[in-house]
Amino acid sequence: MLRSVALWIEDRLHLAKLFEATAGHRVPPSTNSWFYVFGSGTLLCFVLQIVTGTCLALVYVPSTNEAWASLEYLNNEQFLGWFLRAVHNWGSIFMVGIMTLHLVQTFLFGAFKYPRELTWVSGCVLFLCTLGMAFTGQILRFDQDSYWGLGIGASIMGRVPFIGAPLVHLMLAGSTIAGETLSRFFSLHVFVVPGTIIALLSLHLRLVLTKGINEYPKPGCVVRKESYEAEYEAMVEKTGVPFVPNVIGKDLIFSGCLIVAIVTCALVFGPQGPSGPPDPTLIHTAPKPDFYFLPIYAVLALLPAYMETFLLLIAPVLGIALLVFLPFYSGTGEKSYRRRPMAVVVVFLALLTATLLAYLGTFAPWSPHMEAWSGAATPVAYLKGRTPLELQGAILIQSKQCRNCHSLGGTGGMRGPALDTVATRLTHDQLIRQVIQGSGNMPAYGKNLRPAEVTALVAFMQTLRPSYQPAARDSTLQTGR
Amino acid sequence: MNDNDQKSDCGCGGPAAAEIAPAQPLSRRNLMLRIGAGLNVIAGALIGVPLLGYVLSSFTGKSQMSWISLGPLERFPQGETRLAVYRNPVSKPWDGDTAEVPCWVRRIDPGTFQVFAINCTHLGCPVRWFQESKLFMCPCHGGAFYEDGAHASGPPPRGLYEYQHRVESGELKVLGGHLPTLAEPL
Repeated sequence: MLRSVALWIEDRLHLAKLFEATAGHRVPPSTNSWFYVFGSGTLLCFVLQIVTGTCLALVYVPSTNEAWASLEYLNNEQFLGWFLRAVHNWGSIFMVGIMTLHLVQTFLFGAFKYPRELTWVSGCVLFLCTLGMAFTGQILRFDQDSYWGLGIGASIMGRVPFIGAPLVHLMLAGSTIAGETLSRFFSLHVFVVPGTIIALLSLHLRLVLTKGINEYPKPGCVVRKESYEAEYEAMVEKTGVPFVPNVIGKDLIFSGCLIVAIVTCALVFGPQGPSGPPDPTLIHTAPKPDFYFLPIYAVLALLPAYMETFLLLIAPVLGIALLVFLPFYSGTGEKSYRRRPMAVVVVFLALLTATLLAYLGTFAPWSPHMEAWSGAATPVAYLKGRTPLELQGAILIQSKQCRNCHSLGGTGGMRGPALDTVATRLTHDQLIRQVIQGSGNMPAYGKNLRPAEVTALVAFMQTLRPSYQPAARDSTLQTGR
Repeated sequence: MNDNDQKSDCGCGGPAAAEIAPAQPLSRRNLMLRIGAGLNVIAGALIGVPLLGYVLSSFTGKSQMSWISLGPLERFPQGETRLAVYRNPVSKPWDGDTAEVPCWVRRIDPGTFQVFAINCTHLGCPVRWFQESKLFMCPCHGGAFYEDGAHASGPPPRGLYEYQHRVESGELKVLGGHLPTLAEPL
């Protein structure tokens, strides 16, 4: 009975043929490697995101008035709502991570070279779409960070010459962040971008079947347009093995571990946010992007202002063009990373830069600590044995909010230099000038401090040096000594 | 199964049509193809053009600015800078809290005001006023502005955005209606 049903299905659907042409297609045995599991891992994350995302959409309300409350409901009242939100969040983090590994692996293994240009191009666009999902998803978590994140996005759009204002309107679905803005991002996150991803993914997988998966590159084996495809076909003909069941084992093990890792992270760390409600009048907030965008957040604080518009508008276009067109200017030759030292250097530098910037982004040393002036204690050692004038200065350094940007005893802002040893660097006159006129990144306080206050402030700062280090001296005065 | 077999046996026109089609003159088939394709281009335009118009309406739409009251003048003491909130004049019923827009009002003397947008000119984060140091500070990338809105330090490319304002029947009014950006300041 079972057999006849199976035969009937086979007769109608020709599944055996389909299997042979897809899952069972023959691949070079060298691809049975742990380096080849990241593509299927990314695909698994995507499927997980679709499933959990669909479930979340059963409850989530894409309305500016109710989105935040529906997220709170998901976290606290909906049965296992917190778990699904956590899995969706960690699924996205893992998806971006595994996809980056996939990108790095295919780059280092020369998989983008002839004849797999289109596979690479579609993969790059898929990568950008995934980052788009990350950004729009962060907006759907409609809290303070999300609201101000939209403002940041609009401000970036507003820098585009000539069509800046219409672009801002297009992004926000109007002239301000309001009801239609969230609906727009909901539509992008739930319909437009996932639909694009599914279409591109089909193309991507189709290309893997038509042009074959990249063989594990051997140093010295050079890709030539005239001979590569014939050589590849001959190799698959001679030594090829079916992907299922011979090669898929490692993918299955990796995918299983991936799900366990995502679920573990979800259980241990729980869902992310929402932070405070998206009420723009609650201005005591320090908006921060999710970790994928921390490098951009960091670079926007660290670059000189004149480079910003270039970095925001032109550098991404150049960077994406370099990546997408890679197979068209480097489509042949050596594939192995062992013979492509520059490729390895590029990957190393790119990952190092992104990691360092993201690390800086986690504690944002460029942001003033808004509560330091009233909340950070003055180290007792800096107050012992000081004159009343100096103590008055110690009070002023707090009350005039200097601590928001300057730390003492390791607490306070890091926007400006720490003041613990300032007396070893600046003389009395230099301190006065710096306070009154400001310079570099320091505002001028001349209008906001009375002369007596400047005197007290500088008197206190002159005591800020270790006993074993001399105070700074004015070198121009030394001749007269 | 029998049902299926019978259906395929009875020949409901499918095979017959297939036999006739190749016998048709080539030019006539081309004509049908062209009419069909042309019709679909027109049909596509009939759907596509309104669709693009719908989606891109915000791209071509202009900001609707209007005068909104920030409250009676007494709310703003002389020599101080206070947070004021107005409701966005173009708000929708489902906007919720997002329609409440904050701004900073500085009263210099009885008749002179400055009203600043909350958004930092760098990337739009909310700036905070510090009365003691008389500075606006931005929490995102460390921009700072003096009390008159001028750029003091950090990455912002210009001073704070300033609302047009006027005093009318004892109330302070500002001209608002869009999110200020470098492309479209207030």
